[in-house]
Amino acid sequence: MTVIQNKADNPIAHLSAEDIENLGKELDAIRERVINDRGERDAAYIRKVISTQRKLEVSSRVVLLFSLFPPAWIVGTAGLAVAKILENMEIGHNVLHGQWDWMRDPKIHSTAWEWDHATPAEQWKQSHNELHHRYTNVVGKDNDLGYGIMRVDEDQPWHPAYLGQPFYNFVNACFFEYGVAAYDLDLGQKLKNGGHKDPVFRAQLRAAGRKIRRQVLKDYLLFPLLSGPSFFHTMAANFTANLIRNLWSHSVIMCGHFPEGVETFSKTSIEGETRGEWYLRQMLGSANISGSRLMHIMTGNLSYQIEHHLYPDLPSNRYQEIAPEVRALFDRYGLKYTTGSLPRQVFSAWKKVFRLSLPNRRRPEISEDRPTPTLVAAGT
Amino acid sequence: MTATVPPPGTKGSLRRRLWRLAETVTTPVLPGDYLDLVAPLRAGADLRGRIVAVRPETPDAATVLIQPGRSWRGHLPGQYVRLGVDVDGVRQWRAYSVTSAPGRRSDPISVTVKAIPDGVVSNHLVRRVRPGTIVQLDQARGDFVLPESVPSRVLFLTAGSGITPVAGMLRGGALAGSDVVLIHSAPTPADVVFGAELRDLAARGVIRLVERHTEIDGLLDVAELDALVPDHLERETWACGPLGLLDAVEQHWAARGHADRLHTERFRPTIITAGDGGTVTFTRSSVTVQATGATPLLDAGENAGVLMPSGCRMGICFGCVLPLRQGAVRDLRNGQLTTALPGDGVRVQTCVSAAAGPCELEI
Repeated sequence: MTVIQNKADNPIAHLSAEDIENLGKELDAIRERVINDRGERDAAYIRKVISTQRKLEVSSRVVLLFSLFPPAWIVGTAGLAVAKILENMEIGHNVLHGQWDWMRDPKIHSTAWEWDHATPAEQWKQSHNELHHRYTNVVGKDNDLGYGIMRVDEDQPWHPAYLGQPFYNFVNACFFEYGVAAYDLDLGQKLKNGGHKDPVFRAQLRAAGRKIRRQVLKDYLLFPLLSGPSFFHTMAANFTANLIRNLWSHSVIMCGHFPEGVETFSKTSIEGETRGEWYLRQMLGSANISGSRLMHIMTGNLSYQIEHHLYPDLPSNRYQEIAPEVRALFDRYGLKYTTGSLPRQVFSAWKKVFRLSLPNRRRPEISEDRPTPTLVAAGT
Repeated sequence: MTATVPPPGTKGSLRRRLWRLAETVTTPVLPGDYLDLVAPLRAGADLRGRIVAVRPETPDAATVLIQPGRSWRGHLPGQYVRLGVDVDGVRQWRAYSVTSAPGRRSDPISVTVKAIPDGVVSNHLVRRVRPGTIVQLDQARGDFVLPESVPSRVLFLTAGSGITPVAGMLRGGALAGSDVVLIHSAPTPADVVFGAELRDLAARGVIRLVERHTEIDGLLDVAELDALVPDHLERETWACGPLGLLDAVEQHWAARGHADRLHTERFRPTIITAGDGGTVTFTRSSVTVQATGATPLLDAGENAGVLMPSGCRMGICFGCVLPLRQGAVRDLRNGQLTTALPGDGVRVQTCVSAAAGPCELEI
């Protein structure tokens, strides 16, 4: 992956500024149609998912009260892991995106939702919705590119510390929810440059601390206590469920922007970006995962990462429906729709993590300050 | 949803402590969020009701029977209740008079709804809603009620669905010993909501009923009251109906110096008419500005020094969402209009919404 404008074969060189604006209009039309059509069917869908998730969570937790018995441990742990994945992916992530705000149900609203995750919803919304979705794949602006601990793009300068990145990535995957919490706080940067004295940061840190305390208390003390003689078994089960959830969400999210074929962009390229250009960046900066309907639900429909990035606020159940149309647009405009099975995309993303832990081969380093053509200039 | 809500029946610190413990176990949601799955009408839950039956009254009106949740505190005849109904997936709040007589708190209540042309909620309730549906409720409110010592001579002046609060009073039984006159207007005899019941009351001499069929006899003129009910100014009078009628009635009673005997109920009179731009009030900051139809509310607030929450400023992050207390706004991306009245619970993205008439934002 290289900042798109530096590539020898620029994948958008064939598009004129007018093409890009027309593409934007066609994408707007798809969005408009879904908005006009959204209604009872969608509301019933999210309520059903929420109700299923809550029932699954309660029954799994009840089964785990008897986790001393191995079958109960296995069934309860599996159920809880699935419940936690559903809660984070198809429900939490999407509700916090405001995908269901249109229902005007105060119980299912982005401003009121809190999720089963270490990071407080408020902080996650800021780093994810406001920064990642706005500056998708812009090197130096979108910290989701490598989470500030990894080098995932040839254009990021190499440093010996990156030799360890396959290991950091694995540890981050295991404790992903805490990694996300630290990332939302911008903890690394704040500690490095003394920003930790900032009162806003301190308030956020306290909020995150409170959230983590509640989460840990629930999973590692209260439920084990309720399990009586199964104390340690339940504790281990909850740890395992959290671990499975973390590994799963980390894998899905890696597949969204890291696999081969996904483009990155330079900071200068988004100055004065039009709506059409913004759409184009989302199209080229995301990758889908192919699979069954169940797999899509378990990824929170982030397997339709391209559609999600084009329309982050449309109900997640609609991504699957509009995907063929979106893909047809890619074909018509001669753009690459990056998709693949989950194992293939996970392998592709990990391969990149390994490859970029070493310095670039052949290609010279390109510095960030080098003037690069903008998206429009590239097309004209 | 992490906010601590008072536990059901706050008495007993042991119970309170257990509830707290339950909250720490169900975090990040509340114990109630789980209980709602199985017992949405339980005591301590947000007030809701279950629709028990829908009975047609006239070709375009129906009575909806609702079993209120355990937190329902009852109503006085003449009061209204706000219903939150999900229509096409979107929660819409409307106020309707309670038409059932006050009974035990566990009894179902009824509202009678007339479908108005293009009425989103009224048409849904009259024609589409099915028994078993859960609706959101608010406690009964309103001061369009009989006083504790019921007057001996009463006049009710109603038109269309304005009969509904009066029907509640007639059914309540408090008027048993009073001399009651009801003048009711409707387009045709078939359009009279509760027509058979009212005619029966009249036949039994419980009330004197004057039906006015406006398609045949034209609208009622207040000047006719002298002939229809000569002593009308000496009666305690309750009037409910369209704005034109209420305005005329209020002028008439005021001109004759008896405004104190007149009680009126105005049904959802605030009609939000959309314009282009308007006065934007930031209620908590007590700031009011004029904004054009092209200025995002976010910019309008920031320019006026209001501390507005903001994010991507392009409509994707939902970091700028604020409650629209009342008024109309237009989505700058597609021109879509959103209107709100107090209690509707409408929230808007300020970065992509502009004023479409006067509006109030809660910040």
